[in-house]
Amino acid sequence: MNNYLYILTTFLVIYAVRVLPLTLIRKPIKNRFIRSFLYYVPYVTLAVMTFPAIIRATQEPLAGGAALIAGIAAAWRGCKLLTVAVICCVVVFILEMFL
Amino acid sequence: METSANKKSVFLEGVRDGIPIALGYFAVSFSLGIAARNAGVTVLQGMIASFLCMASAGQYALFSLIGAAASLWEVALVTLITNARYFLMSCALSQKIDPEMKNYHRFILGAVVTDEIFGITVNRPGYLDPRYNYGAMAVTMPGWAIGTGLGIMMGTLLPARLVSALSVALFGMFIAVFIPPAKKDKMVLGCVAVSFAAALLFDLVPFLREISAGTRTILLTVIIAAGAAALFPREEERDE
Repeated sequence: MNNYLYILTTFLVIYAVRVLPLTLIRKPIKNRFIRSFLYYVPYVTLAVMTFPAIIRATQEPLAGGAALIAGIAAAWRGCKLLTVAVICCVVVFILEMFL
Repeated sequence: METSANKKSVFLEGVRDGIPIALGYFAVSFSLGIAARNAGVTVLQGMIASFLCMASAGQYALFSLIGAAASLWEVALVTLITNARYFLMSCALSQKIDPEMKNYHRFILGAVVTDEIFGITVNRPGYLDPRYNYGAMAVTMPGWAIGTGLGIMMGTLLPARLVSALSVALFGMFIAVFIPPAKKDKMVLGCVAVSFAAALLFDLVPFLREISAGTRTILLTVIIAAGAAALFPREEERDE
């Protein structure tokens, strides 16, 4: 299938997700379950996509595992987004020199 | 009445705050470009996708699904699921919009609601000023698109070990998004732990591992987030 169709599909859905609340919803959502569900969704999605995928992304699974642990530790200690990303990369780069 | 110098300074404030974000985007989108290259996406396609979508997790899912030759329905569903957080953020942003603001601004602002842009927007007191966001967009959008293009272009030129190291930048960014709330909220921490365990299970168990990555993301997200919402509904919405 044409890649542009995939890109167009993603663009249309993502734009709708972002623009509809901005244009239509003028009051906060009241339903407690929906609010809670929407609150948990991003974290669950990101967590599911991170592990075990990070272990499969590197040449050596051990390096990916170490990057995951280092990334969690860095984020836990308050490192910002870019710092965490760089730490993960450096851990993999150094470990794969020896593994 | 505001002077044109005032308008310009709000735009430049957005540019200033957008520069560190753009640098971070550049590194992460380079890693995203490597994922796109592996899926057979061209430089032009990758840059167009980045410029239009401005989404790390959403585009990562898009490129994996292209690689897996998924159906458009699957792409639409996964995009909806992986970007549901922008719905929440846009809901929050809608509360910061001046009722007097021209409507067309809403349609432009809606194109670039990202974790970081949302973060700097809600940090500003009072009503949202679209010129500030346009300033931030002026540097972050090219940063994101050029990084993606270079990742697709140079991914093949770089040594395999360097590509391997760069490919985890994206995951590092995901980690940086879900760990801080997990530290503050035990329920989020529990969700992350359950998500890791469930995803590992789907990766290892013979029957479950046949399920595609996109479907796995949808299934696990809906089940775990709905379970958490039913068992541990949130008392009060805090400002994120």
